[in-house]
Amino acid sequence: MASLRDIKNKITSTKKTSQITKAMEMVSASNFNRAEMNAKKFVPYMDKIQEVTASIALGSKDATHPMLSSRPVKKTAYLVITAERGLAGAFNSNVLRLAFQTIQKRHKSKDEYVVIALGKMGREFFMKRDMNVILDITGIADQPTFADIKDTVNKTVNMFADGAFDELYMYYNHFVSAIQQDVTEKKVLPLTDIATSNKLTSYEFEPSAEEILNVLLPQYAESLIYGALLDSKASEHAARMSAMKSATDNAKELIDSYSLSYNRARQAAITQEITEIVGGAAALE
Amino acid sequence: MKTIKVSVVTPDGPVYESDVEMVSTKAESGELGILPGHIPMVAPLQIGAVRLKTQGKTDIVAVSGGFVEVRPDKVSILAQSAEQADEIDVDRALRAKERAEKRLNDQKRESVDFKRAELALQRALNRINVSERQF
Repeated sequence: MASLRDIKNKITSTKKTSQITKAMEMVSASNFNRAEMNAKKFVPYMDKIQEVTASIALGSKDATHPMLSSRPVKKTAYLVITAERGLAGAFNSNVLRLAFQTIQKRHKSKDEYVVIALGKMGREFFMKRDMNVILDITGIADQPTFADIKDTVNKTVNMFADGAFDELYMYYNHFVSAIQQDVTEKKVLPLTDIATSNKLTSYEFEPSAEEILNVLLPQYAESLIYGALLDSKASEHAARMSAMKSATDNAKELIDSYSLSYNRARQAAITQEITEIVGGAAALE
Repeated sequence: MKTIKVSVVTPDGPVYESDVEMVSTKAESGELGILPGHIPMVAPLQIGAVRLKTQGKTDIVAVSGGFVEVRPDKVSILAQSAEQADEIDVDRALRAKERAEKRLNDQKRESVDFKRAELALQRALNRINVSERQF
């Protein structure tokens, strides 16, 4: 049986760990609230741009644009959004597993795909496996602004336009609720499924529909990616919050069971001492 | 006077929302003025200022490109970044301007980076001008 001091040490260290996890839980909770607010602030922009894009792309039949039409696929790009660090339960591994397995399944040779990694965990994962990471951003803030990722997103969309790859898929954790996040695959480019629930408006174009699509479609694609990032950030904070909460709960349970064995050991020691004293006194009589 | 609802939205949230009498801005095809009751229209914008007139006052918002969507009762400006004149971080814009100018001197004229630096310079100058209300 472990000595009294050993158990005491274990209790102290577990208590300290639980303080840290508790603090991280609270930090994630506040980050989560803000991330949710950011996601909400983004909604009007996304709705509007979707509505206008749909109106133009679906409304005028003669408006064509390279970003709207599928072309023979020689190279596929996978954009994977992960967190900057772990300690978020299965958050990173879920999304990485799906992306990794899909790539393995779909492609035989390394020339057929490229990877774009948003977040350090994803970058390291794909780098280690020597999969073509052509673009990456690390050090994404907990509350990213559009300006933080604008350059990379812009490059991604331009690469598609230049023919560096022919389709773009996005993998990220979609936020369902504070305790549920689903790994999602979404095709971003080409923009083949622009759907809208609103009524289509017919617009005058100044100067022409094509000119407008030139500006609008990249902006739309970029905001799709940014939207996914915000979604993923909200999921990340929620995942970290619940991971840290269960860590804290587990620590509490551990401390309870350690305390129990500590008290038992102490009681055993006392009983033993008393028996010894009584035994000693009896021997003197 | 008749007014029209205007909102300037960016991915980071709405920047300006109000009822105004007139919106004027620079579209790719030239200066554009919008009054209430305008026909539905979409036009891409240049990097520049949006002027919003209400009751003799003019509010100015700096926008970095994007486009404007006009409906008879509502004007929406969707830009990747936009700031109201008094919210512009002038120091940051000045730093960005210097950075862009330096890059323009280093790069070859044809390179992609040159184009990007040029745009960055335009955005910085636009912010500075709007914050000083000169345009």
